[in-house]
Amino acid sequence: MWRDTVLVAGKDLRIEARSRVGMSQVAPFGVVALVLFAFALGPDRTTMAKGAPGLFWVAVLFCTVLAVQRSVSVESVDGARDGLRLSGLDPAGLFLGKAAAVAAQLVVLEVVLGVGVVLLFGAKVTVPWLIVVSSVLGTIGLAATGTLYGALSAGLRVRETLLPFLFLPIAAPVLLAGTRVWQAALVGGTPSDGSQWLRLLLVFDAIYVALGVVVYGPIQESA
Amino acid sequence: MSPNQVVHSPLDQTPRARRTLRIIGIAAVVSTAFTVWLGLWVTPPDQVQGNLVRLVYIHPGVAWVALYLAFGLAAVSSLLYLWPRTRSLFWDRLAAAAVEVGVVFNACTLISGSIWGKPTWGVWWAWDARLTSTAVLLVLFLGYLALRRVPAEPDVRAKRSAFVALFASVDVPIVHFSVLWWKTLHQGATVLNPNLSPTIHGSMAWTLLLGFVALTLVFVWMLLVRYRIGALEDWLGRGELNVALLERQAEGGHLPVVASELVGAESVVEATPECEPEPVPEGVTR
Repeated sequence: MWRDTVLVAGKDLRIEARSRVGMSQVAPFGVVALVLFAFALGPDRTTMAKGAPGLFWVAVLFCTVLAVQRSVSVESVDGARDGLRLSGLDPAGLFLGKAAAVAAQLVVLEVVLGVGVVLLFGAKVTVPWLIVVSSVLGTIGLAATGTLYGALSAGLRVRETLLPFLFLPIAAPVLLAGTRVWQAALVGGTPSDGSQWLRLLLVFDAIYVALGVVVYGPIQESA
Repeated sequence: MSPNQVVHSPLDQTPRARRTLRIIGIAAVVSTAFTVWLGLWVTPPDQVQGNLVRLVYIHPGVAWVALYLAFGLAAVSSLLYLWPRTRSLFWDRLAAAAVEVGVVFNACTLISGSIWGKPTWGVWWAWDARLTSTAVLLVLFLGYLALRRVPAEPDVRAKRSAFVALFASVDVPIVHFSVLWWKTLHQGATVLNPNLSPTIHGSMAWTLLLGFVALTLVFVWMLLVRYRIGALEDWLGRGELNVALLERQAEGGHLPVVASELVGAESVVEATPECEPEPVPEGVTR
């Protein structure tokens, strides 16, 4: 399973490295979103710094939708999906690989967006490890749920519109928890507030990664 | 139709099924009427809330149906569909019917809660834990319904929908806890509070209880009717329109008369008067 995971993740990341869609479209979209949020909130620095954690996670959520769409669409041409099924790869490995590739892209994106909120919104970090841990946990959860819904909506003509509708409400707890941990880790927050939200993220990740490992095979059959 | 007759299509309801459905429907109407009568005329206004309390006879019942009965049933049926040993389109249609009715009740929960919230809390919408999780639940299951509307083979659609129902159901407790920690304002449970002693009394308690019964009956009736419609839709989708038309006509439905003459006809549609070219009035050019 792990070998298959590495193979699939490597394949997806190589495609991304060569096509540069993620870096040339998804990441800039995230930055555009941040700038738009800044316009929406007005030029007051304190309001922006206050809203920074939420805006960061909303931007990450939107970018996840794009990354997952991309992850699904690379399989949708030239019968790649059937090819993967015929290849005899372990479905669990396939799921973990696809999710890992999405997660890796999200991590890069989060670094860009994180720098963005610090520079543009004037957010000041007091507890860096909380930021890092919550971002990693949140990314795992988003990548796992996104990959699951991506597989479910693969092959549907209405995928582009249906995927955000199905995925975003499911990911709401990640947005809530991620935002709260970030608030705790920034200037003015209480770092001890973060721990219960980290636990929530951990539970979310565990549930959806486990679900994905179990049901990804059957989902592929139904797509 | 004799009870021993083989049932060919979902249109052939056994007399017992028809009678059961009718009894449930009548019971639902009668109990709802009683709830309305008790709630609006018999029970006194509340000391604190005044006439607002009358909404309480409906709101918890509607919420109970939506959040527990309907979505609970949908989750269980979806799981039973996914379990290979119990896989049957019966569970898929039951889940679909439960979600559809549940979504209606969920929307009613939010609306009735909102009407109560405006005079009580002073706002139409409060970002309280239960309100928020109920709203998220509504969106989750609207997604389920949207997915179901995507044309697909019944088996494929069933599997896909069951997965979405499963993922959504798993998300419910997580959403609940996250918004609970996030903020909370809603009043505690009135009937099912931890020490299990209801905090309302007399005619008010009975009306509240009757409201639960009435709304549960309404739910069961709607569920059964929706299930049947789902079964009929699938059946029609399999290209058995002609047989359906013939049988429906035998029941006395308003359908093109010509259909009765076409026993085993290839296409009823071709023979119906509506499909013949309309006579062109003189002097009119097409």
